[in-house]
Amino acid sequence: MSNIKIQGLGKSYINRRSRKRDPGDDNDIGAEIKVFEDINLEFEDGEMVCILGPSGCGKSTMLRIMAGFDQSYKGQILIDGKRIIEPSSDNVFVFQQNGLLPWMTVWQNVELGLRNLEDEQEKEDTIQEYIDMVELTGFEYHYPSQLSGGMQRRAELARALAVNPEILYMDEPFTGLDYLTHLKIREEVVNMHTFIKKTMIMVTHFIDDALIMADRIIVLNERPARVIMEHKLDFSRPRNIEKEPGLRDLRDQIFMTLGVSYVA
Amino acid sequence: MIFKRNFILPIVSFSVIIALWELVVVYGQWSVQVFPGPVAVMNSFYELIMNGKLLKDSVASLYRVTIGFYLGALLGIPLGIMIGRVQVFKYLFNPLIQFMRPISPLAWIPLSMLWFGIGDQPAIFLIFLSSFFPIVVSTAIAVERINPIYFQVAANFNFTRMERLSKVVIPAIVPEVVTALRLTVAIAWLVVVAAEMIAVQSGLGYLILDSRNALRMDYVMVGMIVIGIIGLILDIIMYELSQIESVVASRFGR
Repeated sequence: MSNIKIQGLGKSYINRRSRKRDPGDDNDIGAEIKVFEDINLEFEDGEMVCILGPSGCGKSTMLRIMAGFDQSYKGQILIDGKRIIEPSSDNVFVFQQNGLLPWMTVWQNVELGLRNLEDEQEKEDTIQEYIDMVELTGFEYHYPSQLSGGMQRRAELARALAVNPEILYMDEPFTGLDYLTHLKIREEVVNMHTFIKKTMIMVTHFIDDALIMADRIIVLNERPARVIMEHKLDFSRPRNIEKEPGLRDLRDQIFMTLGVSYVA
Repeated sequence: MIFKRNFILPIVSFSVIIALWELVVVYGQWSVQVFPGPVAVMNSFYELIMNGKLLKDSVASLYRVTIGFYLGALLGIPLGIMIGRVQVFKYLFNPLIQFMRPISPLAWIPLSMLWFGIGDQPAIFLIFLSSFFPIVVSTAIAVERINPIYFQVAANFNFTRMERLSKVVIPAIVPEVVTALRLTVAIAWLVVVAAEMIAVQSGLGYLILDSRNALRMDYVMVGMIVIGIIGLILDIIMYELSQIESVVASRFGR
């Protein structure tokens, strides 16, 4: 079980490079920049949530705080009632840029989360299982640089899922992929989610990705960001935006919310 | 085709140089004692190989370079990692190292002779100095440049401190450190010859100095040629080291 509660989450930082209002005032350390303030959200177990928002609105920062990478924030984040204090392999992060360790083969990368398993046989079987699942069979001993972008992404997903995490955080996981690979990996993630039912929280700026994938869409506005829209999607999967009027209406609505005058 | 070109072009340039050398000797006004030609030098080369002197001196030089260089790497790489990872060490050591680094190892000759006397130690000490500082600086820079994402991955998968060192920091800096070692060996090899002209009775530097005193310019040239050949071989070895598959793979991590 993994119920995530975000209560009154706020994040700001001091921009020391910005000009002081009074150069003689040593207490004036620069401008305070509010990334977001007073965010209240709740995520249910097994839910697939997509967070949309304009770039720079702090959605990645929010995800990093939830994963425990950043501890300087206001408010609190509770996972099953417990405050998160550090990153842990219970909630794995899939990075925007490639997070595979380039000096390790696909096999060694997937092994990272399983390296403390006592039973060698079980370890090997699990590694192979997840490599097979993302269809990288035969590429076990390739280095990341020897794989295509899509294959690297799949290897990273295999590594993330192999530790059997409670929560999977994905920070714009399709960035840098060509369009077809993007669609293909997206479909694979949707299938994986149907199959393993983990809580998945994904930050993206592709509205279509959110429409195709999410159980719930959360839209943030520009900084200081607040939640300006929350919408549950009850459409069956696989989804097709062109054939589903409800999804098209929702897309228009999201575009309007984000201030884009979108003409369908 | 590429292999052939790689192989033949260097031979062409070497042949041209030797031919020019021969031409200058034949049409020049110098006596054999002042400017020996390729044939005379080849004969002396053969002579020095046969009486064992060349091998003995090469081994002596290589021994000093090896010890000094290994000492420099063994102390320099860990210190560089600490400077790159820990702010306190950075502020503690970095200015000191930047101050010591531009002082030529040769400027240490008087002090090293006073401290270590005559023999291998002062030469090894100079080699150590010439290797240590470049290695520390390159290692520290390489560590600082590691992509922060890898440390986040390490945190995400609950790496211990040791694992962070052995699975992230060390593999991440290998390509840059190998390059630094390659450059440093060349410096160490330059310095050993100079060091051997002062405090010792063996080595290629001593061979050159001793032959000059005996007015045997052919031997001087043999010494120079052997220094060049060994330097070339050292560079090839270090280059091959940087081409190992896992080192090449690490290089894509930036």
